[in-house]
Formats: sequence, structure tokens, C-alpha cells
Amino acid sequence: MTDQEILDTLRSIVNEIAGVAEADIELDKSFVDDLDVDSLSMVEISMAAEEKFGVSIPDSELKNLKTVADVVNFVKANK
Amino acid sequence: MTIKANPRRYSEVLGLGVHRATRVVPNSEIIGPIDSSDEWIQERTGIKQRLWAPEGVDIIDMASDAATKALANAGISADRIGTVIVSTISHPYQTPSAAVLVAARIGATNAGAFDISAACAGFSYAVGLADGIISTGQSDHVLVIGVEKLSSWTDPTDRGTAFIFADGAGAFVMGPAAEPGVGPTVWGADGTEFNAIVVEPNWLDLRKQLQETGEFRWPTLHMEGQKVFKWAVGSMVDVCHQALRAAGVTPDDIQLFVPHQANNRITDALVRGLKFPETVIVARDIVMTGNTSAASIPLALDGLVTDGLAKTGDLALMVGFGAGLAYAAQVVRIP
Repeated sequence: MTDQEILDTLRSIVNEIAGVAEADIELDKSFVDDLDVDSLSMVEISMAAEEKFGVSIPDSELKNLKTVADVVNFVKANK
Repeated sequence: MTIKANPRRYSEVLGLGVHRATRVVPNSEIIGPIDSSDEWIQERTGIKQRLWAPEGVDIIDMASDAATKALANAGISADRIGTVIVSTISHPYQTPSAAVLVAARIGATNAGAFDISAACAGFSYAVGLADGIISTGQSDHVLVIGVEKLSSWTDPTDRGTAFIFADGAGAFVMGPAAEPGVGPTVWGADGTEFNAIVVEPNWLDLRKQLQETGEFRWPTLHMEGQKVFKWAVGSMVDVCHQALRAAGVTPDDIQLFVPHQANNRITDALVRGLKFPETVIVARDIVMTGNTSAASIPLALDGLVTDGLAKTGDLALMVGFGAGLAYAAQVVRIP
């Protein structure tokens, strides 16, 4: 999976779960501060990401995934 | 030498009745001690207000009221009830059960009676039990009641629980049927997650602490919200699929989705995961009622009936999940 494919898949996940417009979901955006995504949605997003990307995201890791780039980099490193 | 058993048969729901607690408690009334806000509560849970029973109204009162209404709805008199099952975590007596008190109050003089403790999965667990009791001919008519007074067991200063829990009761009258009116119940439990939702301290610990330190801590609900959210969203979709398959139906055959009203966001996630058609009516009673644990499913179903959204013959998928952790689900036909 290319970086772009990871980002596109993540965009679609965040859009479906948190209703954020895909165009607004850019690498440098913070979920909580920029995209208004709360921690419950982050739990769901991480669960969907686990399924779509075949990675495991432990609960302890969730707090480190602050930006869109954090998630993309995590997926790249753990696929 | 063979022993005799009763002929096997099916069961169905004959009537529904509820008791909605009468004290309306809006978010504004409870946010003070937890330093929260109406917006935050609504966003995180969907709850605008919760219903609490006033002082002097207990679970026997609420359960008996719901039961009496269910009996009237079913057209069955109390003396024809063979079993009373009360599902609750709010009964303050170690013994006797709430069910024997309810049976006595409503005049179910020919009924066996017992409580079950399965928290938010309790109503669906009890419906499964009632199905079995009727199917084996143990009883012809069973009263299944989910009732809670969680306001008595909630710490108003606990930021994780103070805004969630509420009071109420709901009841089914179930009876024998030539065709199944209830699908097989899918249920399970994971006691390794005992601490995810628990009422603490337990009475023995409370007594020990009082004797040793003089400190008195009233037992209250404690919940690891994110863990429970993740479990519910992760595991209950598959449980629902199992219940649908067991009943021989698909999501397209269901008219009503009535999950335990734990949190509107969990309901959203389950609806997404189950890919119900747009036409499915989804119960969101939690918004004006709060989370009433064992009572939430029948209260939510009654809400749909009152709003004219549930019709006789509709198929409803019910799923309860929560403390234990435990879960139970089944498809039922609306009477």
C-alpha cells in the first residue's frame, strides 16, 4: 500500500465515523484540535484502521496518535 | 424405565408494559459536581435528560406497575402466570428476591419467582430463559421484568458515570405458540473483564473498611467507559449477526433495532456495523431516559410503540450488553 493509499483509506474511515469532509483530512491536522474528533470516535477510527490495514493498535498507543500523519506513519511502520 | 417430559413447543411475546420513572432530571441538574456541560454529555452519549424514581418509589413499585400493564396488554390475569423473572442489579436485599415481592404484589399466586443478575444484558437473558421455560412446558405464561433504580447506586461526583444511569421498569408477558415468536437467544460472558463495570465497594469490603478505618463508602457504579465502548462496538455486531442467523433472518428482514440503551454513539456504531437498510427503525430512548440497564430494552421498545413506529408482527432485534462483561441477543416478533 502506498502512502497515498493509506491516507485515502484513512480519510474514508474518518469521514464515515466522524462525518469530517475528506478534503479537510490532511496529514498535519490534529484529530481533536483541527477536525473536532473526540476520543470515542478515535477508538472507533483505530478499530476500523486495524481492520482495514491489518495492524494492531493497542489502547496505550491511541494517545500518541494525535495527527493524521501519526496514524499514517504508524500504519506504515507496523503493516 | 423412561421418565415423562412435557411436549416441546415454541414461545411468543403476548404483551408489553413499562413504568417510566417520574422525576425528570435534565443535564443542567447534574453537571455541577462533575464539572461538565450539557453539550459534552449530549455529544458523548446523546443524553439530554434522565428519568429517576422519586424518594419512596422502589424497584418493587416500578416492576409491579410495568408487570400489571404488560398483563393488561396481553389480556392475561396474574393468577395464570407460572413464572416471574426479575432481572435487576438494584435490589438492595441479599434475600429474598425482588421477584417474590413483585409476584405477591401483583397477585401472581401460582408463580415460581426468581431474580437474575446480568446487568445490561439482563432483559435478553431473561427472555431467553422464559423461552426455554415455556418451550419445555415448565410454565405456560412467564412474566419477564427488567427493573433498575440505578440513581441509588450512582456517585454524583464520578465523572465517568454520574450522567449516564437512570431508573425504570419494562415487562414482557410471554406464552406458548404454535410458531416461534422468539428466535434462539445468543448469549455469553467474559468474567476476566469483571472490573470494566462494577458496583464497589462490595458489602463485605465496606464492613471491613468501616471496622478498620471508620470510613464508610457507599457502593456505587464504576465504569471504564472507553474499554466498554470498544468492547461493545467491537463484539456486538458479530453477536447480532449470530442472533439473526439463529432466527433464520437477515438485517433486511428486521423492522426494529432495539439495542440496550448504553450510549447513543454505541448504537450509531452498531447500526453502521450491521448495515441495516435505511427503513429500519432504531431505538434511541436513551436521549430522554438515560441508561436504565436491564429496563432499557423494554422501555426503548415501548417508546417505539408509543410513537407508532412499531407495529404488530414487526420483527425486532434486541441485544443487551454490559457489566460482566455479559451479552445476550435475540429476534422477537412484536405482539
